[in-house]
This record gives sequence, C-alpha cells and structure tokens, in this order.
Amino acid sequence: MNAPLNVLVAAAETTSELPHVGPATGMASLAWLLFVLPAAGALVLFVAGRAANKWGHWLGVLTVVASFALGLAIFLETVGLPAEERTREISLFDWIAVAGLHVDFGLRLDPLSLTFVLLITGVGSLIHIYSTGYMGHDPGRRRFFAQLNLFVAAMLVLVLGNNFVMLYLGWEGVGLASYLLIGFYQDRPSAATAAKKAFLMNRVGDVGLAIAIFLLWTNLGTVQYTEVFENIGTLDAGVLIAITVLLLLGACGKSGQFPLQAWLPDAMEGPTPVSALIHAATMVTAGVYLIARTHPIYDLTTTGRLVVALVGVVTLLIGAIIGCAYDDIKKVLAYSTVSQIGYMFLAVGLGPAGYALGIFHLLTHGFFKAGLFLGAGSVMHAMNDDVDMRRYGGLARYMPITFITFGLGYLALIGFPFLSGYFSKDAIIEAAFAEPGWQGWAFGGAATLAAGLTAFYMTRLVLMTFFGEKRWEKLKSADGRDYHPHESPISMTAPMIVLALGSIGAGFLLSNGHVLIDWLAPSLGELEEHAAGGALPHEIVPWIVVGFSALGVLIALLVVGGRPTPVERPEPVSLPVRAARRDLYANAINEALIARPGVWLSRALVYVDNRGVDGVVNGTAAMLGGSSGRLRRLQTGFVRSYALSMLGGTVLVVAALLAVRFA
Amino acid sequence: MLLLILLVLPLVGALVVAPLKNNAATAKLVALAFALASLVLTAVTWFSYSIAEGAPRFQLELSVPWIPAFGTSFALGVDGIALVMLALIAVLVPIVMGFSWEEKLPEGRTAAGFFSLLLATQGLLVGVFAATDVFLFYVFFEAMLVPMYFMIGRFGGPRRQYAAVKFFLYSLFGGLIMLASVIGLYVVSGAELGQATFTWVELQRMAASVDETTQIWLFIGFFVAFAIKAPLVPFHTWLPDAGAEAPVGAGVLLVGVLDKVGTFGFLRYCLPLFPLASQRLAPLVLTLAVIGILYGALLAVGQSDMKRFVSYTSIAHFGFIALGIFAFSSQAFAGATLYMVNHGISTGMLFIVVGLVIARGGSRLIADYGGVHKVAPLLAGTFLVAGLSSLALPGTNSFISEFLVLVGSYPRQPVYTILATVGIIFAALYVLWVYQRTMQGPLRGSAVLGALEPAGGPGAMIDPDVAAKKAGTGFPDLSGREIAVLTPLIVLVLVLGFFPGPVLDVITPSVMATLHEVGLPDPVGGLSQ
Repeated sequence: MNAPLNVLVAAAETTSELPHVGPATGMASLAWLLFVLPAAGALVLFVAGRAANKWGHWLGVLTVVASFALGLAIFLETVGLPAEERTREISLFDWIAVAGLHVDFGLRLDPLSLTFVLLITGVGSLIHIYSTGYMGHDPGRRRFFAQLNLFVAAMLVLVLGNNFVMLYLGWEGVGLASYLLIGFYQDRPSAATAAKKAFLMNRVGDVGLAIAIFLLWTNLGTVQYTEVFENIGTLDAGVLIAITVLLLLGACGKSGQFPLQAWLPDAMEGPTPVSALIHAATMVTAGVYLIARTHPIYDLTTTGRLVVALVGVVTLLIGAIIGCAYDDIKKVLAYSTVSQIGYMFLAVGLGPAGYALGIFHLLTHGFFKAGLFLGAGSVMHAMNDDVDMRRYGGLARYMPITFITFGLGYLALIGFPFLSGYFSKDAIIEAAFAEPGWQGWAFGGAATLAAGLTAFYMTRLVLMTFFGEKRWEKLKSADGRDYHPHESPISMTAPMIVLALGSIGAGFLLSNGHVLIDWLAPSLGELEEHAAGGALPHEIVPWIVVGFSALGVLIALLVVGGRPTPVERPEPVSLPVRAARRDLYANAINEALIARPGVWLSRALVYVDNRGVDGVVNGTAAMLGGSSGRLRRLQTGFVRSYALSMLGGTVLVVAALLAVRFA
Repeated sequence: MLLLILLVLPLVGALVVAPLKNNAATAKLVALAFALASLVLTAVTWFSYSIAEGAPRFQLELSVPWIPAFGTSFALGVDGIALVMLALIAVLVPIVMGFSWEEKLPEGRTAAGFFSLLLATQGLLVGVFAATDVFLFYVFFEAMLVPMYFMIGRFGGPRRQYAAVKFFLYSLFGGLIMLASVIGLYVVSGAELGQATFTWVELQRMAASVDETTQIWLFIGFFVAFAIKAPLVPFHTWLPDAGAEAPVGAGVLLVGVLDKVGTFGFLRYCLPLFPLASQRLAPLVLTLAVIGILYGALLAVGQSDMKRFVSYTSIAHFGFIALGIFAFSSQAFAGATLYMVNHGISTGMLFIVVGLVIARGGSRLIADYGGVHKVAPLLAGTFLVAGLSSLALPGTNSFISEFLVLVGSYPRQPVYTILATVGIIFAALYVLWVYQRTMQGPLRGSAVLGALEPAGGPGAMIDPDVAAKKAGTGFPDLSGREIAVLTPLIVLVLVLGFFPGPVLDVITPSVMATLHEVGLPDPVGGLSQ
C-alpha cells in the first residue's frame, strides 16, 4: 500500500508567498450574483407569504442551482487562467467608511473561495432537491426553503468576502440561518432551546472573532485580507498569538470544537436535510475555512498552530468516544461530525503542509457525511421520524438504495481503502505522525485511536439500523402508528446516489497527482517536500490506521452483531459508558459553571435594582409625593417650587464656581 | 429658516389638534398631516445640508437676538449629528401615530390630546437638537419634559402617575444641576472672552483656555443631566418605570429620541466645551458605560414584564453609545451617533411589537404568553426582526453602529472594549430567551389562551383576571394598518444594515470636527488614508 498523498512535512517556516491580487473580469464580475440569487429567493419566499406556498420550494431549488451553475462557470474560467492570476477581487461598494477605516463590500475569488462555492452550492443544490421530497408534506415547507436559501446566501458571503467584516457578516448570517432551522419545529420546546443554545455558543466564539478584528484594526489599520496579510509580519509575537487564539475561539464556536462543542449534537433537532447541509457539510466547516483563509497569520506563529492542533486532537477524541454511546442515529452522526472536524483542525494546526489536507478532508467529508445524513433522513422517513436505532433493525432489505448509498458513505468515513475518507484521513494522520518530538506520537496516536473508535461506532450504527432482528415489528411509534419501512422517493434517493458516488471517487480524484493541492496552492501556499523526521516513517502509517479501523469493525461485529440488541437502553452501565452518554459531562459543566450562576446573578441584580438602587430614589420620590394622592399637591405648587429650586441651585453653584476660580 | 419652520410646524400642529376633542378622526388625520409635512420638510433639510469638504460645521443657521442684555440669542443650526437626529424624529413620529391610531386610551382621555402632545414633543425635540445657543438648548431641554410628562401621567398604564412623577423629578434634578453649569459657563465666558455669551461657537473657541478644575466642575453639571437622560447606571432607575407605564407611542419617542438628548449632549456639549475635563473623567464615564452594558443586559434577562424588558435592553445599548463617545476616535464617535439613530429604529420597533402583543393579550407579563407564532406568525416574525436588530446581527442597521463603536474604541480602551464585546453574548441571550418564551413552543399562557378561548377554558393557569378580561377576543395576526406601521421600520433595519453610507457620510465630517475640538488625533490613522 503506498502512502496516498506522499504527504511530507513542511518546515515550520512558511514557504508560501502572497498571491498577486487582480481585478475580476469576465464571468467573475458576476460573482455577486452567487449570493444575491439565493438571497433574493429567500426574500421573495419570506415576503410573498402564503401566496408562494405552492411553488416556493421550486424557487428555492432554482436559485441555488443557478448559483451552482454560475459558480461552476467562474470555476472553469479560473482554471483556464495561469496559477498566478487566479486570485481576483471585486469591490462592489464601500460598506462602512469612517475616516481611516474602509470596509469594502467586496469579494475575493481565489481557489480557496471557489472550492467552497462549489461545495456549498453543489451540496446545497442536492439537499434542496432532497428536501422537496423530505419536506413535501410539511406545512412549513415555504418557510423551510426560505431559511435554507438564506443559509446558502450567508455561507457564500462568508467564503467570498474579501475582508474580515464581510466574513463576520456571513459568519453571523449562517448563525442566524442555523438558529432558524434548528428551531424549525417551533412547537417543540426542545427545538427552540437547542436553537437558542446554538446561537449563544456561537456568539461566544463570535466575541473572539470580533476582538481579533479589533486587534487587526488597531495594529494594522485595516481589515481587508490583502492589506492584513501584506503587513502581518510587522506584528509582535504576542499580538500574533493573541490574534490566532481569538480567531480559533471563533472557529471553535462555529465548528463545534472543544470547548464549544456542546451545541452541535443538540442542533440535530432541526430537520435532517439541515443537519446534512449545515451541521455536517458546510457551516460547521467554516472554522476550518477561517484558519485556512488566515494562514498567513498562522504561518508566523508555531504556538498559535499548536493550540489549533491540540483543540483538534482533544475534539476528535471527544467526538469519537461519545459517538460510541448514543442510540440516536442523528446524534451519533453529529458526534462523528464533531470528531471529523477535529481531524480537520488537527490538519490545519499542523501548519503549511496541513492547510490543504484540512480542506481535502473537509471536501470528502462534505460528500460522505452529507450522504450519511440524507441516508439517516431516509431511514427516519421510513420509520415514522423515529431516531432511536434500538427500534430499527433489518432495514437493509426494505430500503436497498438507502442501504447501499449509506453503506458507501460508511465505508468512506471509516477509511476503507481507496474510498474518499481513506485518502483524506490517512493523509492527516501521516502528517500528524510526521511532527517532530512528542507531538508526533501524541497527535498521530490520538488520531489513529480515534480512527479505530470511528470504525467501531459507525459499524455499530450500521448493524443496529440495517441488520439483525426487525425490532420495529413488535413496536409502535410514539404517535401510535405501526412501522411500515419503505424506500424513499426518487427526489430523495437521487441526491443520495450522487453523494455516494462522491464518497467513492472524490478522494482518489482530488488526490491523484496532487490535483487539489496544486489547485489550492495560490491560496494556501506551495507544498515543499521535505524528508520526514517524525515519529513514524510515513510508509507504515496507513497500515497501522487500517489495522486500527479493522479492529474497530471487528469489535463492533462481535459486541453488537454477535448478540441481540435490547430495545430498551440497558441500565446501569459502566462508568465510561455513562460518562459518554452524558456527553462527557460537557452540558453539566456548562450548566454548573455558567448557566446556573448566570441565572442567580441576574435574579440577584433584579432584586438589587428594585430594592437597592431604586430604593434610595423611591424614598425620595415618596417623600416628595410619589403616591398619587400627593401628586396633586406637587402639581399645584409646581411652577413656583420649580423656579425657586432653580434659583437656589444656581446661586449655590455659581458661588462654588466663583470660590474655585478666585480662591 | 428651514429649521425654524421645522421647529414651529409641529408646535402649530399641536395647537390645531388639541381643541378637536370631540372629533377623534379629524384630530388624528390633521395630526398625521402635520407629521407627514414635517417628514417632507426634514427630507428637504437633509438634502440642503452640504457634506462637501470644507462645508461649515453648522449649516442652515438662523440667529436672532433674544435677550441681548443676557447675551443669549435664538440661534438654530445643524451639524451632521443633529441632522440625523432630526431625521429620526421625523420618521418615528408618523409611525408612532400610525401605531396609536386605534390605541385604547384611559377613561376621559381623547385622541386629540395624545396626538397633540406627540406633535408638541416633536417640535420641542427639534429645538433641542437644532439649538446652537446653550441657553436656548437648556430651555428646550426642560420644556420637552412637559409634554412627555403629560403623555406618561395621563395616558399611561396603571402606575402612570408614579412613573410620571419619578421621570419628572429625575429630569428636573438633572436640569437644575445643568442650569447651574450653564450659568457658570456664562460667567466663565465673561472672564475669558471679555463679553459673556451663550453662543456655542464662542464658548467652544474659549474651551481650550479654561483651566481643568473649572472645566471639571462645569462638565459635571452637564454630565449629570445627560447621564440621567441617557440614562447611565446608576441614574437609570426612572427609565424602566417610565418605559413600562408610558403608552407605547410615548415610550417609542421617550427611549427612541428623547433619551438620546443625553448622549447627544455628551457629544455636543461635554466634549467640545470641556475637552480637558472629558479626557480626565473619561475612565469614570467608561466604567459607568461598561457597567451599564453588562448590568442592563443581565437585568433584561431577569425581567418578567415585557415593557420593562425593553427598557433594560436600552440601558445596555446606551452603555455602548457612551463607550463610543468617551473613546475619542472618529470611528467610535460615528458609531455612537449612528447608534443613536439605529437604537431609535430597532428599539422603537421592539417597543411597537411588544405593544401589539400586549394589546392582544392584555398582559405585560412574559409568562402570560407562549407559542404566539402559531396564531400570529407575522407578529412573531416581526418580533424576531426587531430582536435581531436589537442584538446587532450583521445585516441589520445596529451591527454597523455597534461594530464602529467597538472597533473605534479598542485602540484607546482595549479592556473596556473587550468587556463591552462580551455584552453581545448577553444581548443574544435576552432577546432569544424572551422570543422563545413568548413566541415559540406550544400555545400557552393565560393571555394567549384567554384571548383564544371563552372564559374558564383549559390552560388559563397564570392570571385568571387577564384570562377573564380577554376571553374569546381572539389573538389576530398583524392587520393592514399594523403592517403599514412596521414595514418602514423593517426596511430601514435592512437598508441601513447594508447601505449605511449616506448616513455615515453626513455624520463623519461632524464627528471628525468634534474629535478635533477635543484636541486628540485619531488613534489609528488607517492604511487607506
């Protein structure tokens, strides 16, 4: 088995040069339509109201597909240009301009942003199409498509903006869309709570991003990418570390990374297409985009990168461990997403060589995880919207297309040789092992261990869902209906098939001959090949990883496949399982350290404000006539006493003034 | 002359409308006509104002001697800061009238009275912002209390008289202290200039030569008055009462415009007239501002009354404005000024939406509502838009101002700015939590269920009185008139979120002049200069 990418460590120093930035011409000058189309779709759907109920979802699909077509055209045009001319900008208008501060409403079209444009609009189109089937009978269908369109528009602004404030616009814009869509089933209190939690934890990260922007403005006098990257070298090491850590905080909030990971599993309250598009393929990867986009800053500080890598490693382990304990099919996939994004953070944290690897894994993950979520949605569709895998079983026969496409996604995710995930995940683990010193062993070891866990929990999921006893035969769903599993309509299976093809081929196609890395080079820097000096020679890493994964599959086959699955969750369970079921106590810690003290503080302050601060004043008011009975007296003698007190006050202060001045 | 008409027109309107007590319909139409005429006139003023480089600080000036022996004149003029406030008033008053069109008034009160007071408030507010003579400013500053006092005290909620008196006492106290400083300033100007004067431009010219101690004393007089008006913690406790008891229309003008006189005063009077004192005392003000941001937000989280909730969010927002003003940079000044406008729009909208909810349910308590989105989805949607603007989501108007305040404050005041930035988390919390409790989830709460079902229906568990009163009245979604009232606000929220340029262009030259008057350079020049 050859190392798939020949990934070698780049030196700690960056080898990338900043690209020349030219004006956008040709198709690229229409780039603003990329986000204006879906935004206009959203606006029409919101404003038109019930009048658009009949055709609204098709408008949603149309605008996103049109945006994809335009993105593809710009992409092909850009591929035709020489590498050094592929970075282009358009300034649409002055957004915020006061004295020396200029924030452009402008776009940056380069390989990195165009890659994201294709991912967002491509997967977005598929999921819009899928949703016409999945949400077909939902009374809120128009609202759903409006919000999904809003998301696509905001996400495109996020990746296309040519400065940090545009990024922030998209950043909180996707936060809003995510909030709306998680809370889509507004009747459910749990959905409303999950939506609010997501927005709040995202805002914690946004504070970091905002302060990073303030620091850049203070130190460099600009927030435009081009100018920031040109001048970033003049900053002190301390400021650089502060900026990178603050940007990372923002990235952690958006991408569900430690310590801000707890919102992402709850976000599964949203409709399943949302989980696929927003909480798997695109929005949650914005953190990876942010770090890759700002790599000229991260290039300059090894400390900053180390923190990113550590966050990635901690998160990929947390996600993988908790993923083993859940019975809710969407939550397992959600923790899997947390874990896989951890791999991407690890990759971008490894530095110059890793940026492209992070994006590579992001793309392959976008395919197979979106496919897995759509598959899960298809299963739920067949099972009266039940998400508890303990009630599934033996579904492979009833929904063959779902089973096959889901199976391919599964194999891609666990890194089955020569499927997508194999190429992208292995590359990251190799790069991790290639780090010098303790980091090589720690990062590589943790990533390998997590690969084994991934294989375990995903195999468990597939076994519980598609194989074994048909546990649902003897059960009724919560609303009292029998289960009649069936294959989903073509509008749902077609996108699943497309994504499954991506799960098979994307990894090979993108890595073969360094296609992706060379394409991204103008944005992320050239890869320089060095002799590896890390913990393990890269030739043997794939073997170890595949070995661990096989072990994970084997254990799952023995533990889960070897005996019947009880419909009721077994209790009590061992300590580690209990901890994993409680999300490793992340929510409990948040609750104890932040939520509860916050509520107490708020209550205490309300009390103080009413009694303490106000009490002094109320006392005075009561004395002077706070009660309505005395009001009349106050009014009648009003003008006179007013004039009198005016005079008195004036005399007093003038006297004081004269005393001060002439003393 | 334009400014004089702009000032007099609503006052004339107030006099015309007031006697129409027996004909509510005519009174309202006439009042609205005056308000719309003012809006048109304000638009004319807006376009007459020059933003060309080298244009004078004050424009459209008018000055006639008033009490020559006393050195005071009836002098009007606007800079960019005042102009945007005039525009805000002109936009809000017709909207407030539209909202109050079918408002249920307390017994014995007529629509003519209320609409007349609205117009009177408008006229006096124009005077406050357009005065360029300090004494004239003071007169308008005190006079504007009167119509507001009557609006709260006569047309407000159950505890209206208490709230009105509290409002008046606080304002009066501040006004008196300011009067002392106004006179003190006059005395000082006599010594410094040889000829005592109230003219702002003259007073500003002498500002640099007045010694710091005197400046500090005079500053404090103005500051206390403005800090009560703004209001800054700990001078804030009158606002929740006034905001809760005031009729919604008056509340919009109170929080949206009248309170801005405080922050406007900081920018127009405290900073240029007492530059040394402003710099010396800035840490104190900044501390109050940041306390206000966090304290106001935490209190907003804990409120059980919707109108008090809106008032407390405003206290947090005023903290941002004060932070921007005392951070001394063009961006922070511009942000603070724009914040005054945006806060008027977004909080005005929030007040109105809350008012619409209360009008339907008959209760101010958050706990009496739940799941409103099911019966009134448009109302819930506008509530969310107002809330998102309040939490300064990018894409809404408030983001621009909040961003400018924070980015402009950071270079000089990183610690205060970081604390203020943490406030945006609380903002998200208080907005979304109230939204969740009142608008999302299953239908619940006695105000909602009571309105939907005949008396004694199931689920009316919180306040039986409310439920009995509202039994079976229904909980309708927005009417055509209500949509017409809210649409301009929603449009402004979005348009100013993406295209703040025209407003910032008006504000920027004036705030740069203010920074020059403080005697400080911009902390960050910026690459593009």
